[in-house]
Amino acid sequence: MAKKSETGKKAAPSSGKAVLKAIVSSAEDIRRKIMAGRKPTMKLPVRSLSNVRYQPERGFFEMKGQKKERTLTVNTVKTFAQTLRMVALSKELVENDDIATKREAYYVSKNWEEARFAEQPESDTVMDDVEAFFGVNREQLGFIPEEKGGDVAGRLVVIDRDRDTGQTLRIDCTRFGSGAYSIPISVEDLKFETQADFILAIETAGMFQRLVKHNYWKKANCILVSMGGVPTRACRRFIRRLADFKKIPVYVFVDGDPYGITNIYRTLKVGSGNAAHLNEYFCVPQATFLGITPQDVIDYKLPTHPLKDVDIKRARDAIKNDPFIKHYRPWIKAMEQMLKMGVRAEQQALAKHGLNYVIEEYLPQKLSHPERFLP
Amino acid sequence: MTETRAAAAGTRKRQTAESMAARQREISISEFFSKNRHLLGFDNPQKALLTAVKEAVDNSLDACEEAGFLPSIRIAIRQVGEDRFRVSVEDNGPGIVKAQIPKIFGKLLYGSKFHTLKQARGQQGIGISAAGMYGLLTTGKSIVITSRTGAGKPAHYYEIQIDTRKNAPQIITDRIIDWDPPHGTLVEIELIGTYKKGRHSVEDYVRQTAIANPHCEIFYTPPDAAEPMHLVRGSELLPPEPREIKPHPYGVELGVLIRMMKETSARQLGAALQKDFSRVSAKIAAEICKAAGLRPSANPHTLPGQEAERLYKAINGVKIMSPATNCLSPIGEEQILAGLRKEIDADFFTAITRSPAVYRGNPFQIEVGLAYGGRLPGDELVDLLRFANRVPLQYQQSACAITKAVLGIDWRSYGLPQSKGALPTGPVALFVHMASVWVPFTSESKESVAPYPEILRELRLALQECGRKLASHIRAHRRAAEEEKKKSYIEKYIPHIGIALREILALSEREEREVVTTLVDVLERSRGREQ
Repeated sequence: MAKKSETGKKAAPSSGKAVLKAIVSSAEDIRRKIMAGRKPTMKLPVRSLSNVRYQPERGFFEMKGQKKERTLTVNTVKTFAQTLRMVALSKELVENDDIATKREAYYVSKNWEEARFAEQPESDTVMDDVEAFFGVNREQLGFIPEEKGGDVAGRLVVIDRDRDTGQTLRIDCTRFGSGAYSIPISVEDLKFETQADFILAIETAGMFQRLVKHNYWKKANCILVSMGGVPTRACRRFIRRLADFKKIPVYVFVDGDPYGITNIYRTLKVGSGNAAHLNEYFCVPQATFLGITPQDVIDYKLPTHPLKDVDIKRARDAIKNDPFIKHYRPWIKAMEQMLKMGVRAEQQALAKHGLNYVIEEYLPQKLSHPERFLP
Repeated sequence: MTETRAAAAGTRKRQTAESMAARQREISISEFFSKNRHLLGFDNPQKALLTAVKEAVDNSLDACEEAGFLPSIRIAIRQVGEDRFRVSVEDNGPGIVKAQIPKIFGKLLYGSKFHTLKQARGQQGIGISAAGMYGLLTTGKSIVITSRTGAGKPAHYYEIQIDTRKNAPQIITDRIIDWDPPHGTLVEIELIGTYKKGRHSVEDYVRQTAIANPHCEIFYTPPDAAEPMHLVRGSELLPPEPREIKPHPYGVELGVLIRMMKETSARQLGAALQKDFSRVSAKIAAEICKAAGLRPSANPHTLPGQEAERLYKAINGVKIMSPATNCLSPIGEEQILAGLRKEIDADFFTAITRSPAVYRGNPFQIEVGLAYGGRLPGDELVDLLRFANRVPLQYQQSACAITKAVLGIDWRSYGLPQSKGALPTGPVALFVHMASVWVPFTSESKESVAPYPEILRELRLALQECGRKLASHIRAHRRAAEEEKKKSYIEKYIPHIGIALREILALSEREEREVVTTLVDVLERSRGREQ
């Protein structure tokens, strides 16, 4: 299993040809139903946390298989028409080996007269539906996200290819100085060379900058990845392939608040409820949680902020509804501890003890006991 | 300390009964009202202007109807100083007999209406003379009256001031002039006021009067216009003349009962009850006397107070038939609709006139009209138009029984959104009218109706009936709109399904058309089944 996804090729459920075939056959199916005088339907998986299960041996959120059926009626005719036109656009992109960003797809819809989207979130939702309908990654449908994948620095050589010449490019991530290597949108064809001991995935660009500036990766012999909030699919996939490839652990270092834990860390490790059909490829099951834990707040006497209402709601919701948090006793305890303390602490709160305290004290102390990391 | 206080008490000259008596004297009714003008609706300059117009128009309409003329009223407000206005109201009524002019306009509580029980706009005979008095107090100008009682008769011109101490008219000018109209009366009052538009405005009053009196035509010239607005007649039908009735025993108060017994022309108590009250037969009179422990043959003129009180209590213990209700003159459903239609631009109109009912021995009748949609604003509270005996009530909305009744209804069940404790929201003008021989106003300025349970009940029933009609209209309207929307949905979006399928499957134009027409068919058919 691990071997398969390592190659990257098998990660893609189907090739461009297979996608085209799937598109055409679904359209034929719809046309057949219409011509037979019946109302066409589309079956879509329910895209929410309530439709995923977590099994640690599988390592990611799996879809439970609840499907919603979208039947073409007077009330759904608009969405139905928009979905089909989005599928047609996808077919055109795949055929021409072209791509469109989500925003571009939204602008293309402006040609669709009454069927155009008023705002981009509408077209994004329809795109997510199409993606889930075909059970593929949106990149395979020709749609790419806007957002940046993430930054990398440290003991790693990325092997890419020049698009024009086909020549191999060796990108040495130790040689970006105070800058960093940007994870591309598509990472399936990248290869790696590394002798690093672990990957450190960091929430904020600020903390990443500090560690890069002081060449922390040299000292700890590691690869630093800046996620910049909730990691993108590309970022998750990059870390996963890298970690699988060299069998190295992934440690996650985020803010000690419900967002850092349930949104950033959980999404990185097991995927999201929204695109559950893809979590298998876009998750990092080997990731563990370095900090900041609620216990760190006490142990390191960190300055804190009170939990906001939205934090409290998020934490309670996670304890009650998040299949991942619910699975692990230590996580439930940690969330309850945070709620009881009523405070959150940012990564950069460590600066209270000196700007380089994080490099000199906190990380070395934590990394000497990775077995104590939260699952 | 105690010493000085005792000394002060001892030396200070206190009032004696005699010295106080020297300052005690009768307060004239006009003096009382000149100090308490808020009781009559002259509490602020904006309201004063409105009240003056209103009192004059009330009188004009009453007079025209009584004399059987279709009213044609000309109202003009001219600004003559920074805060000074000259109000003139002219009617085509029967005119006023020369000798009566000074008394009607120069004496408070002089009128034909107080002593009778009959549905009319004015009740006490305070209004127009109070308006004249207010003008005099604020500007020093006389009230000016021109009146002619018929073709061939002279037109009398009077300038009158009210002597507040004596409550008597003081004639400043009295002469005969040239005046065109064959009959009618023109009243002019100069006063300190404020002219404003919007709620509580003269304009609103004029419009509402036109709604409640579709048989009346009004020309109104506001201070900022040269030409008058013409509010046309919506009906050529004069309302039937209301009949006068004797008071019903249940409606009298003890004081009134004592006065009536004292003033009766009957010599015996039993006869007095029969003669001066409605619905009192010989049998009922005997029953009342028996319950009060009085002889029917007793002399009513010398009835001691104690016995009068027993009589009063006895009346309320005896079952007496409700008063006749043919004394009422409701506007009528047809006329309400005519009034609403000509003044309000709406899609849907409905009206209901309830059967007469009785509160405290007074017959009354509730009518409700409702206009919906059209150009009425949909996102504001409904426009509640309150009327008593065809007169718009513009102030003290929240204290009024009509408002209470409207608030007490759940309008959401009739399709109008409504916040808790508020009027409903929607494109609605709600017309509510109470006709009665005696409208129980909460104050002399006649701005809100007192909430008697019988009145509230009738209001509720009438409002609910209109509400139900509105609800079925809204439902039908909504269904039609929904239908329209669905249809246009199909027309709008199905072609896109055709385009998408053509693009994916490389269909020919004919094939695409087939898909679209078949799909339209499929959807139309399934929609037909849903209904």
